[in-house]
Amino acid sequence: MGWLVPAVTVGGLLPVAVLIWDAYTGALGANPIQRATLQTGLLTLALLVASLACTPLRLLTGWTWPARIRKALGLLAFGYAALHFLIYLFDHGFSLGLMLEDVLERPFVTVGFTALLLLVPLALTSGRNSVKRLGFQRWTRLHQLVYLAVALGALHYYWGVKQDHTPPLIYAGVIAALFAVRFLKRRPTRKKASPT
Amino acid sequence: MSHKPEHTDSNPDERRILVPGSSLNPRREFLRSAALFTGTVAALGGGLEVLTRRPGAGSAEAQGTDFVRPNRPLGPYDTKEAVTPYQQATTYNNFYELGTDKADPARNAGSLKPRPWTVKIDGEVKKPQTVDIDTLQSWFPLEDRIYRMRCVEGWSMVMPWLGFPLAGLIRRLEPTSKAKYVQFTALLDPKQLPGQRGNVLDWPYVEGLRLDEALHPLAFMAVGLHGKVLPGQNGAPLRLVVPWKYGFKGIKSIVKITLTEKQPQTTWMRAAPSEYGFYANVNPAVPHPRWSQATERRIGELGRRKTLPFNGYADEVAGLYKGMDLRKNF
Repeated sequence: MGWLVPAVTVGGLLPVAVLIWDAYTGALGANPIQRATLQTGLLTLALLVASLACTPLRLLTGWTWPARIRKALGLLAFGYAALHFLIYLFDHGFSLGLMLEDVLERPFVTVGFTALLLLVPLALTSGRNSVKRLGFQRWTRLHQLVYLAVALGALHYYWGVKQDHTPPLIYAGVIAALFAVRFLKRRPTRKKASPT
Repeated sequence: MSHKPEHTDSNPDERRILVPGSSLNPRREFLRSAALFTGTVAALGGGLEVLTRRPGAGSAEAQGTDFVRPNRPLGPYDTKEAVTPYQQATTYNNFYELGTDKADPARNAGSLKPRPWTVKIDGEVKKPQTVDIDTLQSWFPLEDRIYRMRCVEGWSMVMPWLGFPLAGLIRRLEPTSKAKYVQFTALLDPKQLPGQRGNVLDWPYVEGLRLDEALHPLAFMAVGLHGKVLPGQNGAPLRLVVPWKYGFKGIKSIVKITLTEKQPQTTWMRAAPSEYGFYANVNPAVPHPRWSQATERRIGELGRRKTLPFNGYADEVAGLYKGMDLRKNF
């Protein structure tokens, strides 16, 4: 299975190549910056959801391979989040003043920016050394921040859409379902309190 | 694999490795891995593309019949700024009746049939009537108007419209003394406008102007673009153009014009009253709840430019709003 992680990495980076190709050929349309912002944002969310699906998939099927690609998917998601942010900065002329105004005054941006910040420590502690250094329990607790990040990411998407909220609601539904699988599978079914 | 291959002596060509758990030779093992690698790349990459790619209809061009372009000099309101190419003006549209994506209207405009078409005129007018679009159009000489258009989403274009001033139409209808507002209603027909099959907005699309705004010489009814008949995605056969207001005020595919005593309840006011007011004047000082309105991207440019109050038409229209708090009346 030595091919698995490289394959996921290359597959996950393929959309970058397509995005560059689309930009080059004009397929991004009349407002390529807006289109690229939307696309990298969607890719972030899709890859975060994919990384979050690994554990529930393992719990449901007993397969071990999902656990092996979780890190790659998480790092790819972070990469797209960073790219999304870079395009946003470019769109605002790399002006920190405009960025801060947006982050402080507009909940839609605040939420997206917070989600990005939450992903930074996770990306920095994605190596095996970090697990050893932090200890498994602390590392696990730190990485539970991803639940908050993905929820904020979905909210950011929901607020970013002007009127048709179906796609963000589908993402929110999938995220909720993944949380539910973890919750139900991890905890041994509690005995119902018998009436006394 | 760290195990040393052991060859079977019966057939030296078939280099079967006796590795526990593997009955494949190295060549086949490599091919199998390569196939799985390629399959996974394709599945993940393809899956992500399907989920997220939104191509922008870069090459689709609207079919348009050429108008006989009126041979007269441009009017006093025309901007000299570079005009947005026809290709971009007809493939990057907000027309939710034809889909919510910017590229949807150009893709779906084929189902909109702009002829035959009638416009019903009613309400506080002395001459209520239903008129055929070609008749209505023939009442006025067609004019070129090169206007800036600023979308509430923060992008802008320069549009060479062809049409006639709204004031001429209103005067011809002879408003009664009760008329204070003009309400416009767009076509309601899910067969022609597939976006109306969903409940993205409360159909039909309704817009409105105060009577004095509607009588302002800048307020325009467009029936053409770039010297051609207005394409479906741009609101064929008849649309409103109010260049000092955000683009969503420019209701497309109008079927009814009603003069009213009360302020009309517009579609976007109903959908999101905190974001889209009745006036919707372009105002860099009043941000949208989700983004600043201080700057805009002119389609075709990568950077942003400063947004001007009333979209650069302040000298002409600011007087209409004297004494009004434009932060409240946004």
